[in-house]
Amino acid sequence: MESVFGLVGKDFAIVVADSSAVHSILVHKTNEDKIMLLDSHKIMGASGETGDRAQFTEYIQKNVALYQFRNGIPLTTAATANFTRGELATALRKNPYQVNIILAGYDKETGPSLYYIDYIASLHKLEKAAFGYGSYFALSMMDRHYRRDMTVEEAIELVDKCIVEIRSRLVVAPPNFVIKIVDKEGAREYAWRQSIKDGSVLEA
Amino acid sequence: MMKIDFSGLDPSAPIKGRTDELCGDILATPSFALPTTHDFDGFQKAAVQMVKPAKGTTTLAFIFKEGVMVAADSRASMGGYISSQSVKKIIEINPYMLGTMAGGAADCQFWHRNLGIKCRLHELANKRRISVAGASKMLSNILYSYRGMGLSVGTMIAGWDEKGPGLYYVDSEGGRLKGTRFSVGSGSPYAYGVLDSGYRFDLSVEEAAELARRAIYHATFRDGASGGVASVYHVGPNGWKKLSGDDVGELHYMYYPVEPTTVEQEMTEVSVA
Repeated sequence: MESVFGLVGKDFAIVVADSSAVHSILVHKTNEDKIMLLDSHKIMGASGETGDRAQFTEYIQKNVALYQFRNGIPLTTAATANFTRGELATALRKNPYQVNIILAGYDKETGPSLYYIDYIASLHKLEKAAFGYGSYFALSMMDRHYRRDMTVEEAIELVDKCIVEIRSRLVVAPPNFVIKIVDKEGAREYAWRQSIKDGSVLEA
Repeated sequence: MMKIDFSGLDPSAPIKGRTDELCGDILATPSFALPTTHDFDGFQKAAVQMVKPAKGTTTLAFIFKEGVMVAADSRASMGGYISSQSVKKIIEINPYMLGTMAGGAADCQFWHRNLGIKCRLHELANKRRISVAGASKMLSNILYSYRGMGLSVGTMIAGWDEKGPGLYYVDSEGGRLKGTRFSVGSGSPYAYGVLDSGYRFDLSVEEAAELARRAIYHATFRDGASGGVASVYHVGPNGWKKLSGDDVGELHYMYYPVEPTTVEQEMTEVSVA
């Protein structure tokens, strides 16, 4: 089960996701990027069914871009979250998407924000959120150590604590994680936490 | 004897099982007797499961310095019955792209052929070849639109385009993964072990072919649903080329030749003194 978690800091938001692509007992890939950049100031981390995850997040990404083309201004994070939830809700009773989403964004007027959207289309604006088996460890870690107005360094320390906890306590722990951050400057990849490098195993 | 229970459908019917002598069978809930089998519904499920394609195969592909190496076995099985030892599991989409087959044979063959048609149409419409990423995305989107309807496809699209060698894994759940090493099918865990430990990016074509062949052989040795002939293809800058097709039984004796066993005790005639 894929782990995705995120938190809001002083003037930024962070989303962390594991990066293994798994099929029953096989790990096909250990560097799969599950956090999609929706636009310059929004990131969306998703976990769930492989096909649904990639297809649904791309669908949201293209619609966000379309809105900007049509209207000349980008969507706010709240509007994007509500749009995403609406799409999940409409499909729910017909052809449900099995994806859990953590959406983070930075708006000039309202600052950073984080939205928790689960696969049955419930939507919550939160300061910290987590999905997957990793959530059992990440949520309590975040509850214990999180403070409003954390700096980037403090937040990354907390994220690393959560990753270490997941790695040591979860029986089928994902080896690698990707961390993305969104702030005034925009959305970007912050770091990878890798304990297995994909590619040639026996490197000279 | 088991009777099928319809009492839930008729609220005014007497409580399940109760038939007094007075009313007899008139007020009893209408029902009929089921056959006296151990598991009445299980038979149907078991029959479907046996025939259902369970991706009984071993296919693998990897990118290296000289391009992409693609290999597969050639066994088709239906439950415990080997229906064929000579199935072509590497499908030639066009002269510079290959697809591998795992899952339903008909599904893979049809959709790969369909993909080949769409790639050719793309070439004619855009006056340039389609990229491996584009072809795999087309296939992935088609399979995604059929998700939940029972298609069983686990394929790798390997090719050489303007960006160099490309390899994508695409399956019928709608997943699409870009990577450098993949193996698909029931024998894939066995193949992964051999492939991962022997892989280097700077293998030569012969070394890479031998690695691919060896990985398929080891998977066929351990997995009952894989066997037949290990085919190895190479995709280079000028397109694909079939390198070898060896029977895995023969490969076994090539890798592990029969050694004359030392006879410990030999019975000899005792010469009568």
